[in-house]
Amino acid sequence: MDLTFTERENAFRAECRAWLERHVPKESLGSGDTREGFARHLEWERELFDAGWAAVSWPKEYGGREASLFEWLIFEEEYYRAGAPNRVTQNGIFLLAPTLFEFGTEEQKARILRPMARGDVTWGQGWSEPNAGSDLASLRSTARRVEGGWLLSGQKTWCTRGAFCDMAYGLFRTDPAQKRHHGLTYFMFPLHGEGVTVRGVDRLDGDEGFAELFLDELFVPDRDVIGEVNQGWYVAMATTSSERGLTLRSPGRFMATASRLVDLYGRYRASAEPALRDAVIDAWIDAEAYRWYTFQTVTHMVDGQDVGASSSLNKVFWSEMDVRTHETALALIGDRLELDIDHDAPESAGDAVDEGAWMRGFEFALAGPIYAGTNEIQRNIIAERVLGLPRK
Amino acid sequence: MRFAFTEDQLLLRDTVRGLLARECPPDVVRSAWEARSGRAPSVWAKLAEAGVTAMTLSEASGGLGMDELDLALVLEEAGYAGLPDPLVETVAVGAPLLEAVGTAAQKERWLDAAAAGDALIAVGFEGQPFVPHAAVAAVALLHRGGDLYAVPREELPLEPQVSVDRSRPIARVDYAPDARHRVDAGDRAALDAAVGVAFDRAAWATSCVLLGLTRRMLDLAVQYAKDREQFGKPIGAQQAIKHHLATALIRQELARPLVYRAAWSLAHRDSVRDHGAHVSMAKVHAANAARHVAKTALQVHGAIGYTIEHDLHLFQKRAWALAAMYGDVGFHRARVGAATLPD
Ligand SMILES: Cc1cc2nc3c(=O)[nH]c(=O)nc-3n(C[C@H](O)[C@H](O)[C@H](O)COP(=O)(O)OP(=O)(O)OC[C@H]3O[C@@H](n4cnc5c(N)ncnc54)[C@H](O)[C@@H]3O)c2cc1C
Repeated sequence: MDLTFTERENAFRAECRAWLERHVPKESLGSGDTREGFARHLEWERELFDAGWAAVSWPKEYGGREASLFEWLIFEEEYYRAGAPNRVTQNGIFLLAPTLFEFGTEEQKARILRPMARGDVTWGQGWSEPNAGSDLASLRSTARRVEGGWLLSGQKTWCTRGAFCDMAYGLFRTDPAQKRHHGLTYFMFPLHGEGVTVRGVDRLDGDEGFAELFLDELFVPDRDVIGEVNQGWYVAMATTSSERGLTLRSPGRFMATASRLVDLYGRYRASAEPALRDAVIDAWIDAEAYRWYTFQTVTHMVDGQDVGASSSLNKVFWSEMDVRTHETALALIGDRLELDIDHDAPESAGDAVDEGAWMRGFEFALAGPIYAGTNEIQRNIIAERVLGLPRK
Repeated sequence: MRFAFTEDQLLLRDTVRGLLARECPPDVVRSAWEARSGRAPSVWAKLAEAGVTAMTLSEASGGLGMDELDLALVLEEAGYAGLPDPLVETVAVGAPLLEAVGTAAQKERWLDAAAAGDALIAVGFEGQPFVPHAAVAAVALLHRGGDLYAVPREELPLEPQVSVDRSRPIARVDYAPDARHRVDAGDRAALDAAVGVAFDRAAWATSCVLLGLTRRMLDLAVQYAKDREQFGKPIGAQQAIKHHLATALIRQELARPLVYRAAWSLAHRDSVRDHGAHVSMAKVHAANAARHVAKTALQVHGAIGYTIEHDLHLFQKRAWALAAMYGDVGFHRARVGAATLPD
């Protein structure tokens, strides 16, 4: 065991920190889940990419730095510590790219990765359907074989930032004779043009962060199939395990939230009851626990051990921690908690910038136990695959 | 950054795990209950043979010169087995403390014997209501009025009390400081530092034991959920039971890294300024996880878990006692707060 960082890791941290200090926008870019905010975030993504920070762990040929997993975690810590903007390219870089690295052809990687990381082509996830949420394998969208490609039909929903993205990826039934997980294929498809209609849906926080996708014989060429035809489920699982595992929510984000909570406590402690002080400390300890849990997991990964379903533990923990942390913040703020940020309304400046950010953060934290596989589903997975309890 | 134990440390864990599985099954823990002795003498002898009792003394004092990282998994296994003997007090705390500040005569009298497994050590920090194991320890290290005293058992005024965990012999010790027993740390600052480290070791080592107890209770509950059938199927096939157990596992696994991190910080305490806060974080999570899993495991067992006949309570009651020992959650949370919050 050696819980210090190597010289190389420290130098990497210093480099991240110095660059971020100079470049992180001083003014808020607003929400990344509105059309205008999304555009502002993409400018930032380009700046990140051009300086080599968009996807630090990727190979150099695709614009990365070949950073180790630990260096990636360091980057994330520094990124959120610096208060840098949310990553609107996340669903491409952290969720589609790992699938492409594992299953993509050389042609696909060469064509897709750099524009993805630079934010020139933006990606949404198209898994959920109106009748296929937790039970994704019950999905009904289909792809029909035609000359040179496929015709995609059906409806996808809850596609994050789908109203502004260029492309999406998801599963479609290619073999109607096979059932559930069998006979599905993983496709990449455009969100503009003939055969596709996109309708934005306002989320809980009022931003148009969701989209419904209506596909009607949308043509997709063969080169946009990832992995083998009819093997899509297995290809997709590679993405969801990295989603639940490390890449979706690294500890840096929660450490930054815990630090902000400590600052907030500093401002409100005169009116805070003792139980709230305890809750602030617990939030801090939780963030530390998650950080060290992750370092432990990454060490196991570096050693080539299979960390498998332990990513489900991880997902339940961070999502519930995030809710508790925000609840604590709102309790500190007390009866001012209803202050919201409305980027179009000048009167929502001032205190709302900070207090309102906690309400916004709280609303988003509440989604954590739902997206990326609900926590009920994760607990089923933990019980059955880690603890070995009977399925039926 | 490398957050994993070494092959040697894992090998030692496996050795101790095997030894305790053979020598310290629940029946042995029960005998300590029935005798109210707090002892499993044959197990302790085997642990001594394996070198466990000599781990923390320096090689110069006839020990193995090992640190908290070597000890962490051994303590966890002791928790898992429900070992009644004072491994925390003797090996993790008492022996190194006595070696650090004992007089030559005190060291001569007790250190070799402790390393050989022939003498147990009890510790009583200021403000602690009971001194566990004082009745069976050859010497009690008592912190009183800012000084530390090594008091031989025959001179210790003991008022035995009954613990909810009958395998824990606890006693009130109304000791009037006697200069003959005083240790020799040089100056007050050195003594304060040594006692401070000893307290951190006690809290941390107890966290390791709690991790082991937690795992034991969870294992019992998971096994029971697979075996017990109601409504024509194992109760573990019911989602309510699954979710209880999944939550219990999460609590356990998120406590673990804090306990191991504290081991590292203690082993490198000269360079890790916040090691005290690290210990406290470990104790908060380990105690909370243990109490949570103690409740869950009972709920999963139903009425059979609510009996003395079933083994669960052996581990559950130990967990309750240790969760509050060497600083309860409130104490340690406040210590983390002092290190992290603005005053
Ligand atoms: C902020 C946010 C962003 C999202 N982004 C995307 C995206 O970009 N792309 C995308 O495809 N999807 C996205 N989703 C959708 C998300 O993947 C689904 O919400 C999720 O899979 C659950 O599906 P559902 O909403 O249909 O709920 P349902 O599956 O209908 O579940 C409703 C409730 O029933 C419970 N439940 C269901 N089945 C079981 C079971 N077997 N055992 C116990 N309880 C069960 C669930 O846990 C939940 O509490 C997003 C969701 C949110 C909130």
